[in-house]
Order: sequence, then C-alpha cells, then structure tokens
Amino acid sequence: MADVISYREAVAEGIAREMRRDPSVVCLGEDIGEAGGVFKTTAGLFKEFGSERVWDTPISEQAIVGAAMGAAMTGMRPVAEIMFSDFLACCWDYLANEIPKVRYMTGGQVTVPLVVRTANGGGLGFGAQHSQATENWALTVPGLKIAAPATPADVIGMMAAAIRSDDPVVFFEHKGLLASKGAPPPPGHVVELGRAAVVREGADVTLVALASMVPVALKAAELLSGEGIEAEVVDLRCLVPLDVTTVLTSLGRTSRLVTVEENPYQGGWGATLVSVVADEGFALLDAPVRRVAGECVPLPFADALEERVIPTVEKVMATVRGLAAY
Amino acid sequence: MEPAELLAAYEQMAVIRRTEKAAHDLFLQGLVKGTTHLAAGHEAIAVGASAALRPDDYVFATYRGHHHAMARGATPEECLAELMSRATGLCRAKGGSMHLTKASTGMLGSYAIVGAHLPMAAGAAWSARLRGTDQIAVAFFGDGATNIGAFHEALNLAAVWKLPVLFVCENNLYMEYTPIADVTAVARPAADRAPAYGIEGEVVDGNDVVAVQEAVARLAARARAGDGPALLEAQTYRHFGHSRADPATYRPAEEVERWLKHDPLDLARGRLVELGVPQETVTEADERATAVVQKAVEAAKAAPAADPDEALTDVWADGGAAWRT
Repeated sequence: MADVISYREAVAEGIAREMRRDPSVVCLGEDIGEAGGVFKTTAGLFKEFGSERVWDTPISEQAIVGAAMGAAMTGMRPVAEIMFSDFLACCWDYLANEIPKVRYMTGGQVTVPLVVRTANGGGLGFGAQHSQATENWALTVPGLKIAAPATPADVIGMMAAAIRSDDPVVFFEHKGLLASKGAPPPPGHVVELGRAAVVREGADVTLVALASMVPVALKAAELLSGEGIEAEVVDLRCLVPLDVTTVLTSLGRTSRLVTVEENPYQGGWGATLVSVVADEGFALLDAPVRRVAGECVPLPFADALEERVIPTVEKVMATVRGLAAY
Repeated sequence: MEPAELLAAYEQMAVIRRTEKAAHDLFLQGLVKGTTHLAAGHEAIAVGASAALRPDDYVFATYRGHHHAMARGATPEECLAELMSRATGLCRAKGGSMHLTKASTGMLGSYAIVGAHLPMAAGAAWSARLRGTDQIAVAFFGDGATNIGAFHEALNLAAVWKLPVLFVCENNLYMEYTPIADVTAVARPAADRAPAYGIEGEVVDGNDVVAVQEAVARLAARARAGDGPALLEAQTYRHFGHSRADPATYRPAEEVERWLKHDPLDLARGRLVELGVPQETVTEADERATAVVQKAVEAAKAAPAADPDEALTDVWADGGAAWRT
C-alpha cells in the first residue's frame, strides 16, 4: 500500500475492506458503479465486486434509502450513497420517521444495519443547495448514529465500525477534505463509533471540532501557540454517540470551551454539546462558552461570501483570543 | 381454494372482523387510546394474499394493518393488548394500532407515513435476490398512496431491477375523507399507473377471498420465477370511517349500502355453501371466531400495563437508548 492515501481514496478503501470480509455488504446509489461516484469515492468498487454488489440507481433518493432499509431488515448490510447531503431532504422521511424508529416501534423486533453515506459541507463554491453542512439535521432525530471523520485513517476505521454496526449510521464525508492526504491505516483498523480524539494537547482552551473544522481548529491552535495560547483540539468524530466524557476531561485541564462548527449556529451540534457541559461541567469552566459556527443564512456562492459564512482560522483565533483574555 | 382452505380463510376473516369490532368497542370504553384505522371490510385482501404466500415471504403494510398482522399469524390477543398499552402487546406497547408488526412470521411492519414502505418492500425483494433465495415481498397500500412520490420511485426501481415484489393496492375509493377519483388523473389509481413502469396492472375484486388468493398466487409465482414485479389493485370498501375520528358521513348512503351487500364474509359464506359445506359447519366457524376474540379481549384486559421504563429500551440493537458517553 502507498505511503499516503487521500480521504477520497479512503472512502472506497474503507468500503472495499468491509465488502471483502462480509458478503452481505452491498452498495447502492446514483453513479456509484462504473462511474465511481461523482466524487470518485466509490472508484474501483464496481471493478472489484461487480454489478451484484455495487448497484447504480435512478435519481430516486426515497427508493435508494427505502430499499436499503428493506434490505437491512432482511439480512443485508447495505451502504447507500446520497450524492450531496443537501439531498437528504429528498428522503428525509426515511431518516426521520422510518429508519430510526422501526426497531423501537416494533418493540425491538427488527434491526436496521445500514449506512447512509453522503458528501457534506461547503468550501467548494457549489451554492446554497449543494454546500450545506447538514450533520445537525441528523442530530435532531433519536435513533441515528452520526459519523463525520476528518482524516483518511478515520474514514477507513469509522467506515468499518459503521458497516459492522447493527444500528443505522449516517456517514458524512466532507467534500472539502476529499483531496487531503494521510497515512493509510493498517489492515483491520476499526475506530469505534462514539470515541472522540484529542488531536492536539494544550492547557489554555479546548477547541471541539468536527470534520473539516478539525484542520481549521488545528491551524488556529498552531498560530495561537505563537501568541502564547496553547489550545487543546478535540476531534469529536461522531455526534451520536456523543463523547461527552472526552470533552469534560479536556475541560478539566483547560477550563475554557470553544466549539468550531460548520453547521449554522441556529440548531447546530455545538448547542447540544454546550448544554451538556453547562449541566454537567459548569464547575470546570473559568470563562463563558463560545461557539464559532456557520452564520444563519443559506450558503452563498462566491468565495468571499462563503468564507464570510463558514468558520475560518481567523474567526477561531479571534474568538479564542477573546476567551483567553477573559 | 379447496373447501377446507376456504373454510379456514373464512374463519380467519371472521376473527379479524370481530377483532376490529372489539377494537372499536374498546376504544369507546376508553381502553384504547390514540386512534385506530380499522380494516373491517378489507379482510379478504389480507387473508386471500396470505393464503397465496409462503411463510418465509415478506409483508409490509400500512397504518390500516390489523388484518395483515393477523393474517400473518399475530393473535387477536397480541394485537388488542398492543392497542390497550399492555406489556404483552405485539410491540410491547411502543407501536400501537398503526405499527402492528410480527417480524418472526415475515410481517415486517405497519407504516404510518403514506407510501413509505413500498421502497422497503422493493429492498426486501432485492435482498432475497442478493441472498439467492426465491422469497418475495409484498407491499399492501391504500389508493391514496398512489399519488405520493415513494409509490412511483418504488415501482420504477422494482421494474428496472426486476425485483420479486408485489404491490397490492387496497382501493377503498377514499383517500382519507376525499374520493380518490377527485384527486387522481386516472380511473384506476394503481392499475392505470403501472404500465408507465412496464408493469402490468391488474384489478381484482378485493372482497372475494378466492379471487384475491388466485391473483396473488399467480403473480407471486411469476415474481418467484424471476419475471419481475407485479401490481394488483384490489377493490374494496371500509366499514368504518378512515380513522377513529371519522364517522364517514361523506359517503353516499346508496354506495355504502351497495358495498355492505358485497361483504367479504358474506361472499365467502356463499361460496362455501356452493361447495357443499354444511351451514352448521360455517356457523361453528363463526362461533369459534367469536370465542377466540372474546377470550382475547378478556386476556388483553387482564394483562399488565406496560412498564414505563420500557420507553427507554430498543432504540439501539444492544437494547438500550444511550446516545452519549
């Protein structure tokens, strides 16, 4: 295996590893077969596994996710692709009403071991209907596990955990990270869902970030170090299960919390995290909590406008400086 | 159907009819909460189809689904206990009337978002094909579902992938309170749409259990043999309103009268007489059905209420509900 692997390649590699070990894993989605997906995140799967394991679908998001659900309830482990996370709205019934509820409302009679993969987030100038960070949509519904990896190794490890999970998982692949590279993980690499990672240690402030906001937080931490502020960076990795323990443990060291979220401030995941911290970690805090999140507007098209909306290194640094001085 | 089979089907329909009546009465007594969508009048579709299916086939139904749960082996007691919020309910009191499910016999759920389960049935059929079995899946749905997107997406996908799935429309002429004809561009809401997806749409008298059984058996055999999906529009009529809150006063008296004279139990009884089954044999079947449902009502009433802590189970496959560390 090569010394480095891109996030994009890691998606296909993560799926392929599971398809090799478990014949019940099948893929379906728009353009995912010979075309390899519009983001090339399924490149090579059709060639290796053929048309009985990798299925091209019509542009029918309800049929894609609904069929995946029916297959998951009857012995398969489908991996369904929804091309852009904005399109989750087209099959929202399945994510809001069907998939997360069927086990519960049948008194535990069925399980739904499926993964819905989707390309999430902004930064590429696709405009208001192809750029949203929608991870907070999924967080509104009890019964969905939510994964959003930031590195190629985590893509592979969390994909393994997601596909092996007997619970439904929404797997957000960040469009802005697809070209990023990292060390390929060893065979058999599995990252348990619900385990955050402390990706930088620091004593002054805790930055909690997800997906593409992890490199933003890390860059801000690096620059702040030059100013004498040492930030600890926690990559949350999953929203459900939410690793509150790692966040509270970090706050025990730093006493200051900043969330770095791409989704809008309004209803963003940081609000849920912060509410738990306020409830259970209030005594740990020496300063108010700050949330750096997307502005509460639709995602605009032009680069300058998009940067105005999505958190940037500069916005994170400014917020942390203010908090450090508190 | 042989006389013995038809008699068994008749008795099953009689049990369902009495269970629905019991559900109605229990609601009026304050023992069933929420709402119910009773299937009295629709019995022949569930029982006829079930008689044509194999035990390992999959069935998906709607919120008007008591008849499908019972046709696939759920007992009246389990169903009524669920409606009455008892610990012994089919879904441990977490589902209620609209979500009766008996997964152990392939009845994979009753879904209360119109049309949502059609893609699921296609997916179960896809799964059967992928696993190399010759199981089929059946989605039962109302006429109103033919105007929602999931119906069309499911028919297209099933046809393109040539899936072993049957789509069975229970056309009772009304989408909730509105005549289906007033809101649908074609005369036969399901059957007339099927050809657009390369599927032949058939119509059957949904109140004739023998006709339903024969049609489903034929279409199931085709699907099992790899010839792809089929659609059956079964014409029927509900004896109650859309839901508990609906007295159905919008239906013309003459129409109601005509359909009540075309009752599935009466039709089956007539066929039994034609086949030479003695009247007393039919009466005995009726008496057994009455006794079964009476016993079920008593047992459900006597069963313990659901434990409130049951609410915090079964979100996840490990049985729990933990969303955080």
